[in-house]
Amino acid sequence: MARRAGRLSRARFWPGAITLIALGALAFGPIAVLLLHAGGEGGFSRADLAAIRFTLVQSTLSALISVLLAIPFARALARRQFAGRGLIIAFLGAPFLLPVIVAILGLLAVWGRSGLVSDLSQSVGGPVISIYGLGGVVLAHVFFNLPLVTRLLLQGWAAIPPERFRLAAQLGMGPRPVFRLLEAPMLRAVVPGAFLLVFLLCMTSFAVALTLGGGPRATTVELAIYQALRFDFDLGAAARLALVQLGLCAAVAGLAVLVGRPAEFGRGQGRLRRRWDAPGGIWPAIDGGVIALALAFLLPPLGLVILRGGAALLSGMPPGLWPAAATSLALALSAALLTVAAAMSLAMLITGLPRARGALAEGVGLLVLSVSPFVMGTGLFLMIRAVADPFDWALVMTGLINAAMSLPFALRALVPALTRVEADYGRLADSLGMRGFGRMRLLVLPQLRAPLAFSAGLAAALSMGDLGVITLFAPPELETLPLFMYRLMGAYRMQDAAGAALVLLTLSLAIFWLIDRGGRHDAAT
Amino acid sequence: MTLRLEGVRLVRPDFSLSADFTVPKGEITAIIGPSGSGKSTLLSLIAGFETPAQGRILFEERDLTDVPPADRPVSLVFQDNNLFPHLSVERNVGLGLDPGLRLGAEDRACVARALEEVGLSGLAQRKPGALSGGQQSRAALARALLRDKPLLLLDEAFAALGPALRRDMLALVEGLRARHELSVLMVTHDPGDAAAIAPHTIFVDGGVAHAPAPTAALLEAPSGALAAYLGD
Repeated sequence: MARRAGRLSRARFWPGAITLIALGALAFGPIAVLLLHAGGEGGFSRADLAAIRFTLVQSTLSALISVLLAIPFARALARRQFAGRGLIIAFLGAPFLLPVIVAILGLLAVWGRSGLVSDLSQSVGGPVISIYGLGGVVLAHVFFNLPLVTRLLLQGWAAIPPERFRLAAQLGMGPRPVFRLLEAPMLRAVVPGAFLLVFLLCMTSFAVALTLGGGPRATTVELAIYQALRFDFDLGAAARLALVQLGLCAAVAGLAVLVGRPAEFGRGQGRLRRRWDAPGGIWPAIDGGVIALALAFLLPPLGLVILRGGAALLSGMPPGLWPAAATSLALALSAALLTVAAAMSLAMLITGLPRARGALAEGVGLLVLSVSPFVMGTGLFLMIRAVADPFDWALVMTGLINAAMSLPFALRALVPALTRVEADYGRLADSLGMRGFGRMRLLVLPQLRAPLAFSAGLAAALSMGDLGVITLFAPPELETLPLFMYRLMGAYRMQDAAGAALVLLTLSLAIFWLIDRGGRHDAAT
Repeated sequence: MTLRLEGVRLVRPDFSLSADFTVPKGEITAIIGPSGSGKSTLLSLIAGFETPAQGRILFEERDLTDVPPADRPVSLVFQDNNLFPHLSVERNVGLGLDPGLRLGAEDRACVARALEEVGLSGLAQRKPGALSGGQQSRAALARALLRDKPLLLLDEAFAALGPALRRDMLALVEGLRARHELSVLMVTHDPGDAAAIAPHTIFVDGGVAHAPAPTAALLEAPSGALAAYLGD
């Protein structure tokens, strides 16, 4: 039965509307400000064009390789059962929460000039390997996105009804017909969205380009914006590049909406399902090899961060670590609160709409994904500069932008949950006269505890590990933990950086785990 | 205390329902009919979850048509999701006194009395998940009592219960009706329920909710659509 349409109470409408307006201002205001500052001289420089080209090339390669590697990996995980499978799938969720700068330190420890692979190569007379430039950027992006795509594909595999696989086994289909008849159609539905999502994430990723890219041949648009502001203070160039970035992201995001996006970001499917059709012969060995290879790529960087970080911490804490950690913690918690408040008010507005709910929810996410944090940061910087010293506001801006970045994920968790609560209990609450704050306190918040905590945990962890706009505004005496680490790495104090990395990694995972856990503990069904 | 539906008509793209009758006061009236015929929609109209395109719904000559659900003289028990799973039975029932749950000692005593009346003494602190289906229905009835509204609407409230439990619940409803002078409208898919406790029955079919007719006569000598529905 349709609820009485169009009855959107004021209490439900205004908080969401205000959030929406604030978000629009946060997204578009900066661009307007940049355009005003950009002044006359326009046109792309050679360097701009090179940055655009490099951005597109590295995003294409990163997305392509991530997807191509994820398909056999996910297929092997989907059709084999073994001890530790659940652990591997859970681990695949970690890179999403992993601070980029920590992963880079780990990747350098394996693939860097004095890393494991170079040592190995030199010991057999081979060359020293360098991962700076295109190779390094793509490597890092694949490291982050291979697990993400694998999880998306695993959800795709889990969505194929088990009866189909049983039927395939009964009919004696080999792996090839199973692939052609069951798996390929699923992949056709899931892969384009996954590809475009990774493409978008790689296009806007900043810390990877900052640390592993650079120079005329490996500068992304995002990095070029940073350089224009930081080194040249060329506002016109920054504005131009910001618009390019917006255009590129909007195009990709729009395309992603057209092809249909992967359904869920959330927890992966760890459900065990007997796959009767799983091919025998040499296939188990092949699948085992695929899984082992993927883990051999994914695990050592993290293992090294933990080992070296542990050793470094045992021999002493780098000075300045704890103040930076405290700053990051405060930032993470503020961003989490802000994300949850904004997402909740938006979700109330969206679910109260008589129609076009999905469009608005997706639109907000698209908007946030399209406007890179750097564009927002730059505009805010210029806006604040008119009234105050923007360097004093570095943390506030960072918190605000971090909160906005987590918003799409929070909306994805909250909107369906709130829709379900209204469908299940809306009439009962209406008939009892539960309105406004009481309805919120007695019905909505208790019922949404789990997705709220998940969103808050995610936002806190992402903010904790973010090395983005802070690099632009932070005065020398102000440090978040990722920035502290980045500065240590820049000073080649690798041991101290390793110690800080372990602390940052632990804090990011712990803050997510604690908050998410808090929502599920004792949660009513 | 009479409920009157005056030329009420609800139109949906694939569905319509009209009703024009007065509901007997202080009695249990059953609503029967094929699934999808609009039995629950009829209750939704009375409860205020649907707005008719034409006609008025009157209670004691007061026009309810534009009154929001919570302000109508109506309590509702649904088939499921009658209780909020995260609140204790006491708090769920207490919502009938104050939708903001600001309950004083006196209110809690009222809740305890209502729970006793429906046979749930001692279970006040349980969560609904720890109750059986029949106990959950009882808790919903206790809340309806505290709301103290003259009309009680049961939307297949006991459909998920087994035969013996359902008979118990019907007996409980009959007792509550008599003690609290309630008018009860009860959607059921079992004509036996109607025969057991409802002097009058509304038959809904083909987009029309027919006026209440004496149940015994209706079921003994069914005609036309009703005969087809009953299948004998």
